[in-house]
Amino acid sequence: MTMAVKFITKNFGRYDIRSLASYMKIGGLTALKKAIQMPGDDIAALLTAAGIKGRGGAAYPMGKKWLQARDIKAAEKVIICNADEGEPCTFKDRTLIQNDPFNLLEGMIIAGYVIEAQHGYIYLREEYSYLKSILLNAIEQLTEKNFLGKNILGKKGFDYELHLCSGAGAYVCGEGTALVESIEGKSGRPRMKPPYIKQCGLYNHPTCVQNVESLSLVAAIVNDENNIYQKYGTKGEKNSIGTKLISVAGNVKQPGVFEIPFGITIRDIIYGLAGGVEGQPIRLIQFGGASGKVASKDILDTPYSYEHLAMAGVGVGSGAILVVDESTSVIDFLITTQAFFSHESCGQCAPCREGNRHIRLLLQKIKDGVHTQADIEKLNSIADIMTVSSLCGLGQAAQNALKTAMKVFPDEFKIMEEGVKIG
Amino acid sequence: MKINGVQIEVESGTRIIEAAKSLNIEIPHLCYHPDQRIKALCRICSVEVVGSKKMSAACSTYVWDGMEILTNTKKVYDTQKGILEMILANHKQDCLSCSRNGNCELQNLCMRFGIQRQTLDKAVNPVYLDDNPCIERNMDKCVKCGRCDKICRDVQGVSAITWAGRSETFKFTTAYNKPLMDTDCVLCGQCTTVCPVGAIVEKDNTQTVWEAIQDSGKHVIVQVAPAVRVALGDIFGLKKGTVVTGKMVTALKQIGFDKVFDTVFAADVTIMEEGNELLDRIRNNGILPMITSCSPGWVNYMEKHYSDQIDHLSTAKSPQQIFGAIAKSYYADKSNMNKKDIITVSVMPCVTKKFEAARPEMTSAGVRDVDVVITTRELAKMIQYAGIDFVALAETQFDSPLGEGTGAGVIFGTTGGVTEAAVRTVYEVVMEAELEKLEFEDARGLQGIKEAEVDLKERKLKIAVAHGLANAQKIMEQIKAGTSPYTFIEIMACPGGCIGGGGQPLNTTIDGKKMRMDAIYEIDSNKKIRKSHENPEVQKIYREFFGKPLSEKAHELLHTHYHKMNRRYDFSYLDES
Repeated sequence: MTMAVKFITKNFGRYDIRSLASYMKIGGLTALKKAIQMPGDDIAALLTAAGIKGRGGAAYPMGKKWLQARDIKAAEKVIICNADEGEPCTFKDRTLIQNDPFNLLEGMIIAGYVIEAQHGYIYLREEYSYLKSILLNAIEQLTEKNFLGKNILGKKGFDYELHLCSGAGAYVCGEGTALVESIEGKSGRPRMKPPYIKQCGLYNHPTCVQNVESLSLVAAIVNDENNIYQKYGTKGEKNSIGTKLISVAGNVKQPGVFEIPFGITIRDIIYGLAGGVEGQPIRLIQFGGASGKVASKDILDTPYSYEHLAMAGVGVGSGAILVVDESTSVIDFLITTQAFFSHESCGQCAPCREGNRHIRLLLQKIKDGVHTQADIEKLNSIADIMTVSSLCGLGQAAQNALKTAMKVFPDEFKIMEEGVKIG
Repeated sequence: MKINGVQIEVESGTRIIEAAKSLNIEIPHLCYHPDQRIKALCRICSVEVVGSKKMSAACSTYVWDGMEILTNTKKVYDTQKGILEMILANHKQDCLSCSRNGNCELQNLCMRFGIQRQTLDKAVNPVYLDDNPCIERNMDKCVKCGRCDKICRDVQGVSAITWAGRSETFKFTTAYNKPLMDTDCVLCGQCTTVCPVGAIVEKDNTQTVWEAIQDSGKHVIVQVAPAVRVALGDIFGLKKGTVVTGKMVTALKQIGFDKVFDTVFAADVTIMEEGNELLDRIRNNGILPMITSCSPGWVNYMEKHYSDQIDHLSTAKSPQQIFGAIAKSYYADKSNMNKKDIITVSVMPCVTKKFEAARPEMTSAGVRDVDVVITTRELAKMIQYAGIDFVALAETQFDSPLGEGTGAGVIFGTTGGVTEAAVRTVYEVVMEAELEKLEFEDARGLQGIKEAEVDLKERKLKIAVAHGLANAQKIMEQIKAGTSPYTFIEIMACPGGCIGGGGQPLNTTIDGKKMRMDAIYEIDSNKKIRKSHENPEVQKIYREFFGKPLSEKAHELLHTHYHKMNRRYDFSYLDES
């Protein structure tokens, strides 16, 4: 099976990212020109046929999302490109912006056409501020040539503007409602739901939030007349169509971003694409960033797809794969992950604020070998409480690694000797 | 829809917590407050909705047709109790020495869930004490429910308290953690009425009162504001809005005050001064609109936020200070006492009155007009300490000569009351004819801004009545823009006026305020004398002492002036004076 493929990455290196003319020379904007001759519903149908699920992590069917957004009637609608990419070990969106910015913006303009939005916002991760000039330049050139602005491409009433903004670097701002708060200039704390942002989002307008990778697929799908994209992927009742950008890091020899067809094995990815591990054997692999679940090396021969990973107890999430070898203990790994959430919780809701605090304290006890059976039970119950009752996705997912690690590596949580302090 | 298998019907747009209430099920909660916007922060109200793996916050989730809710499963119990234990681990738990002991929502929840021992390591936030004459903040007791933020932002439009920090350091505090005195805070104390625990409480002055009473060399007199008599009964389990004037006077005498007087008397004097000041401004091209100045929270707001418009404020002191000034002058003379031996205590529905009494300009007779201020809540504590069975008490009348008040003075306790009282007097002074209908309906009710008009022969009086500082802000912006159509404006800092004051019993909702308001008007309608200028004691004091309203002596004792404050209260001038 082919390992790395070029579909979403096909433009990489083929044009001058600072020049619209250069982008158009390799066929740029043909998708947009084609799209505006089509009814919006048909474009959404193309996305549905291609089986594209949102690439931010939640994997919501993209065509369905666009149709819902299109059906909402409002004087003003907003599209947000979520370029916050805050999940640790995730860096695929950065690669897309760095290598093919015009393609992303073309996807956003098509989205604006289908959803009938007047404004698009790119919420760029604060740490990516060095990418700002690339995007601003692209927006400026597109506006100059009337691919943005009023009556785009002569289509009466197709008015659409793009804006670029950044927050102050909080992880939680990748969460849709916190992101919207941040754009509005408020501190990035998630809103309670309902109302959902698809009905009442940025400045109370209906808002459709999409990941960079999802939007970067749009132009290629519209142009994909021979359905090449759909030839990639897994087969079966629940299948994963197409390709995926993944970012591999940790104790591998060649960390990086790869475009793969769904269905190649984890072993192919780690030992093939990423050049194998650095010496010590693999202890665990985390999928989808810090909020992702972990597996032991038993997962190596599992195909990388939505359905196979789910069966193996993990998930695609953001597309990150973190490889941890035996030089790091499971507990140390969890403490590091927990330190991240103990820092990034916004703190407003009690289960997440206090839960992260106590998980941090309990993990330290385990590391020190002074924990009791009661502590393990507490750890379990706090993790459960956070999952079911936190206000936003951060608190609901923060303990994914912990919960799966407790299942996969039960020995790591063994009690030394009840009531006796070791060491 | 169904709750625990019981079929019920509720209107669409109802939230789970309210739907459960209609089945007499109280879902546990901390951040939820029926009068406030939903926050959904504490998550203690998490319940199960059949078909959903995640739980739903009962306070923020609207019911839908066919929804099935479970509030009594193991999952609900474990989750709610687990969250409670985590919040508790972050709380100081000095219950025995906490002023909210026995009256604390966190304590109640712990009792309800049968919390017996600490299962988590305590992780309490660092101590941060914020202290001023009115409000005390103990951040190590804060449960981060956000009620203080909501009332300060939504109702008062001040936002002195807001959220800050993240994760474990998340807190509700002032900008840059400054003491309230150094912020936009006007010390209205509304935050103290909604805090579920002892994190924000009124400054307790009961000890000072006991010491004064126990000092045999002091003549300790007390005045009670009108809004206290319709609220105090709450704390002793009486129905909201029960009028307890007589029992309250009896209790104060049993506590040991030498004389028990009525602020209502002073309110009548306020009307004499303020009403005549208004006429004077109208007739002599003074600054209009004239705005009332009896609410100290409002005065602070004006001084901090609209100091350039300060001359619109009436120079008449508030009833509390007028009472104090009269007590230390007229009353001292009449009863042949040295004013330095008289201690004036006031019982107020308000925490800001503590600040007002401490103002250096409120010393017209050479000593402080009012020495100690306690709130309705603090009075209840004193009654409890004294072991008095309040409900069983017989009724007693106020003492003379400062104890006679009219219906007009009583309605000062509710929004619109000062206006109605002023109209009753101003109309008769100007028109030299009897006002036929005393009830001034346009000024009544809980609407945020009310408008009214009175036809005096020399001009039409256009009046506005506002309560809650967010509404005051709207009025002030009009004045600033030069578009204010009004001649006279009444503003009260607290929502509902003094009946909803920052010193009133806790857990008062809008319904409770309505009942208090009804009670105030009931007292008024039962009074024989309902116009301030007809109060015989007031007539007497003008005859014997002041001469007439706005006289030189009246100006000296009953009027004051205001400072422009740069949004920062500085007490250093107290030391200099």
